[in-house]
Formats: sequence, structure tokens, C-alpha cells
Amino acid sequence: MISLVEFILVGLVLTNLVLLGTSRIGLCIRMVAFQGVGLALLPLLGHGEFELTSLAISGATALLKGWIFPTLLFRSLESAHVRAEVEPYVGYSNSLLFGVAALGVSVWLGGRMPVPGPGVPQLLTPVAFFTILVGLFGIVTRRKAVSQVVSYLVLENGIFAFGAVALRKAQLLVEMGILLDVFVAVFVMGIAIFRINREFDHIDADRLASLKE
Amino acid sequence: MPARWTILAPAAAGAAAFVIPDDRTRRGLLAATGVAHLALTLLAFRVPARSWFDGALLLDDAGRLFLLITSVLFLAAAFYTVGYLRRETTGRRQDMVEGRLFSNSPEARFTGCLLLFLSALSFVCMAQNLGLLWVGVEATTLASAPLIYFHRHHRSLEATWKYLLLCSVGIALALFGTYMLALAGGGEVSLGLPALMAAGPTLNPVLLKAAFVFLLVGYGTKMGLAPMHTWLPDVYSESPSVVALMSTCLLNVSFLAILRVRQVLAAAGQAEFGNDLLVFLGLTSMAWAAVFLLRQTDYKRLLAYSSVEHMGILAFGAGIGGMGMFGSLMHLFAHGVAKGAMFLLAGNILAAYKTKDVSGVRGLVRALPYSGPLWVAGLLALTGMPPFGAFVSELSILRAALAGERYILAGIFLLLLAVAFIGITTAGMRMAQGQPGSNLTEAGKPVAAIHESWSACLPPLGLILAAVLLGLFYPAPLAEVMATASRVTGGF
Repeated sequence: MISLVEFILVGLVLTNLVLLGTSRIGLCIRMVAFQGVGLALLPLLGHGEFELTSLAISGATALLKGWIFPTLLFRSLESAHVRAEVEPYVGYSNSLLFGVAALGVSVWLGGRMPVPGPGVPQLLTPVAFFTILVGLFGIVTRRKAVSQVVSYLVLENGIFAFGAVALRKAQLLVEMGILLDVFVAVFVMGIAIFRINREFDHIDADRLASLKE
Repeated sequence: MPARWTILAPAAAGAAAFVIPDDRTRRGLLAATGVAHLALTLLAFRVPARSWFDGALLLDDAGRLFLLITSVLFLAAAFYTVGYLRRETTGRRQDMVEGRLFSNSPEARFTGCLLLFLSALSFVCMAQNLGLLWVGVEATTLASAPLIYFHRHHRSLEATWKYLLLCSVGIALALFGTYMLALAGGGEVSLGLPALMAAGPTLNPVLLKAAFVFLLVGYGTKMGLAPMHTWLPDVYSESPSVVALMSTCLLNVSFLAILRVRQVLAAAGQAEFGNDLLVFLGLTSMAWAAVFLLRQTDYKRLLAYSSVEHMGILAFGAGIGGMGMFGSLMHLFAHGVAKGAMFLLAGNILAAYKTKDVSGVRGLVRALPYSGPLWVAGLLALTGMPPFGAFVSELSILRAALAGERYILAGIFLLLLAVAFIGITTAGMRMAQGQPGSNLTEAGKPVAAIHESWSACLPPLGLILAAVLLGLFYPAPLAEVMATASRVTGGF
């Protein structure tokens, strides 16, 4: 019988593969929101007993990743009149190939790491690694500034999942601080995208290349 | 008690700055906060620290030191900013590099972010929980990003974007490292520094080492250690001088973050591993910077690469340990004040000559009777000439390396210092000497007689004087705190 946690993790892997294989930025934003809502459940399911702290963290995560981030990103997408990623550095089929390789590496690496305590699925560490790798890959290979922010969020999701394993003692202050920072980061990046669009009439981050030695 | 107000006061002032409509009042608030922050910091040296949030925030001796240098630099920056904002012309005007039109961000936003930035820096100095430490360091990134985009042209926007993305990704890796540290404790240890250090020997050594690597790369990105420093020259060259000065504080507190993590490593008996990595990254940064210093044509970038070099020196000293750690903390102050003065002077030069090219500036000593000589003094302070503070600190680090019988490392260290010296002084002295206007063909216009306002000259003068003082003597209370801090952060 597959547990709910494992179900969420498998969902994470599948959405990552969608992210690697699609050119539609709107779809990417939805996928990342979907991941976020799934991840928001992890603090509640992780350690058996039900606590108020976990509930607060979970609620804030769901609100932020499932609603506020997509809204912000869709808004900057609309203001820039961009719908799809055009000619990324690595094509979509090659991106998927990378995804498969990264999944293999993550499973191998994750299998060598100790898992703290019972009740934590073996799958968690490999999936977190895989998500982090996909995020980094996206930041490096996608041209549009919005895509880079989406990839940053994927990276953050992976780290969040890892934190759900590693930090079994949730501390409200720390978790809330981290969420607040990520929120402000996306907010500031959104403003920057808006400015880039106004200044250059495009949001291709690779064309921001006048500063060099 | 005063310690927590170093966070709260600038935060409140920053929030107020966003809504105060009157420029004069807002500038007054900025200067007043600078003075108040330094007063609070000095007070915090005298009273015993009290913990906040169950020990998650506590100003220990290492934190005191980093808070002090932050506070001193902010005070200089605040006074300079007041004059700078008054001199800045408003409205749309021509960009001096490409001749395109641009305008400034609202002044209220600039001042507000500057104050929030200070608040975040103080927060990092006090954080005794690695999770909160991360929150603070990321907050410094976010508060400073709008500052870089004060002059709204495409180059500063590009620098802001690079800064945001590179630093956020770097910092994300640090968060990963932080979680990995928690995993090394089997998931049952909290992220509090005391708890982690108490659990030291029981931490899983493999995970601990992996965590340190991630944390070093993450915070090293913010500290400007090569090869993760690529955002730094762009940000320094495109942002106003005051922001470049405050970025020095940013590099400093990132160094503190690395030292905090090393405390855990040392408690677990793995200090050797961390130290070797620090020495390696330190020398890499120095070498990388030396190469770019030699062929640098832009004096703001020159100062930026000099920062990379000095961060390398800090990391090297920390990696050598013992007396080297003490030298490193001394260097923190010596470099901070000297670099702060140089950035402000670079701002004065830019305002007078309207070019960032080394070749476009001649006869500085004659054209700017105050800034010119200070620039020469600053060059000597920055390259570690006696009697300036950097001479003493670099000598201590070198002596520590020799005492530890690490002769090859000491040799490389000396060689790289010499190369950096050549790079900085060649460019800097060429700017200082000669006749103003003797380069008419290059810059295209003669330099008009410049009126230098006191607000542009006094802050760098104060910082240079501090650099001289640091070379001659250390006040006893400061030396005491420094000794404890180097024991705590050095792990012995």
C-alpha cells in the first residue's frame, strides 16, 4: 500500500519531468504551484503526531506556494507578453534525457544517505536531490527571466522537501523566517522582471550581457 | 538589551523612511540612526549579552566585533549619503557612459532599504541559530538589491538581476547545507548553535563534511570568494558608492556565517577539513583577484577585485587558525575602514571626472585637493603599507603561517600580496599623478575646478584616520573582545 507521502513524492518526480519537457511557461508555473501544495502537506504527514506548529507551517506554505507565487508570476508573465520559452540552451528532449540521468544519480546518491528515524520513506532524499538538480538545470539552461525564477522555485521546493526529512523538530520561528525570505525573494525578482521588460522590451536574461571584463 | 535595538531601531527607521514625504527629515533620520546604532553597539560592548527567543539571538564576542565594524561603516555611509542625495540631480538626465537618459529610484526607497539592510546585518551578527542565520543573510540580499538599482539604467538593472539570481541560488545551497547539518544530527538536533556544538562528536562525519561544503559554497558566494564572486565586480561598479561601501559589510557578515559553521565543525573534531578548504578558497580568491587587478581599466571594478582579494586574505587567515584567526579579525577592521574610504573617494572622483576609466583620470592630487591625497593614503592602507592597520594584520597572518611551518603557503600568500600591490598601485597612482586635463584627448573635456563639500570628504577622512590608528594601537577593550572572539570562532 502506497502511503500519502510517497504519493506526493512520486507526484514531485512527475511534475519535474513535465517541467523539463515543456515550453509553456504558464504550464510550468502551474506545475510548480502543484508541487508547492503537495509539499505543504509534508510537515503534517511527516512525524505522526499532529501539532499546531506543523499546521501553521503547512498552511503558510500552501498559501504562499500554491496561490501567491503563481499569482505573482502570472502577473509578470502577462506584463511581459511572454507565453513560451523560446529556444532554450538545451532542447526539450535533451532536457528530458538529463532528467532521466539526474534521477538515476539522485537515487544512487540518496540511497547512500542515512534516513533519520522510522516513518520517513526511503524515497524522500532521492526525490529531494532530483528536484534540486532539475531546478539548477533550469536556471542554467532557460533564457527567459520568468523561467529562471520558476526554476529557482523548483530548487527551493527540493530543499524544502529535504528539510522536511532532516528537520523533524520543526521550529516555527526558523520556518516562518525562511518562508518570508523566499516570498520577498520572488516578489523582488518579480519587480526586477517588470523593470527588465520596461527597459529592454524583452525578458531574455541571456541578453543581459553588457557587463564583463 | 541594547543589542536587540541594533536590529529594531534601524528596522523601525527604515519603515518610517518609506512614508516620510520630506527629504530633509528623512536624511536627518538616516544620520540619526547611524549615530544611534553606533552608540547602541558601543553600549553592547559594556553590558553582558542577554538572549532573545530562547538563545536563538544572542550577541556574543564574535558578533560584537562584526557589529562594530558594520556600525562604523554605516555611520560613515549615512553621513556621506546625506550629502550625496543633496548633490544628486533629480529628474531624467544623461548616463555618463552611454549617453542614454535615465532617472533615479525614489529617494525614500533608497533610504528605507539602506536602513533595512543595516537591520538585517545586525540580525546576522546576533543569530545563534543556523536557520535564523540563513534567514538573516538572505534578508541582506533582498534589502540591498533595490539599492543597486538606484540609478535606473540598464547596466545597473543587469547587475541587480545577476546579484539577485546568483546570490539567491548560492544562498539556497547554504540552506540545503543547513538542513544537511540537521540530518547529520539524526534529525533530532535543533539548528541552534549551542545544541549543534554539544552534539558535535555524535554528528555523522560524512554528512557534516558535505554540509560544510554546501554552506561554504553558499555563504562563500555572498562573501565573494572566487570562483563564486562573479556578481561582485558588476554590482560594485554599477551601484552608488555608498552601496558599494555597505556591500563590504555584507561580505563581512557572510564571513561570520562561515565562521559560525566552522564552530560546529571544530566541536565535532573536524576542524582540519574546514581549515584546509578555507585556505584553498582563500588563496584561490587572492590569485584570481590578482590576475584581474593587473589588467583592470575601471577603477570601481579595481576596488571590487581588491575586495575579492581581501576576502581571500580573511579566509586564508581563518584557515591557518590560531594567531592567523586573530590576524583575520584584525584584518576585518583594517580592510573595512580602508575599503570604505576608497569607495567613497571613488564616488567623489566619479562625480568630478564623469568617467570610471583609470585612463580618464589624471592629476587627482591637484584637481581634488582633499580627495586626491586621501586617495593616495587609501591606496597605501589597502595594500598593507605601514603604518596602516592592514600591515599589522597581514603580518600576523603571515607569522601564523610561518609559525605553523606552512612555508609554501606563506610564500604563495606573500607572492599574491605583491602582485595585488602592483596591480592596485599602478592604476591608482597613475590616477593620482600628472596634470589634471593632460588627458584631454581621452576624456574629451577638461576637469573644472571642483568644489568639494565637507560631507564628501569628512567620512573618508575619518575612515582613513581609523585605518592609521588600527596600525598603531588597538584599544584594550577591543583587543580583549578580539582575543575571545578568535578563540571562539577559531575553535581553540
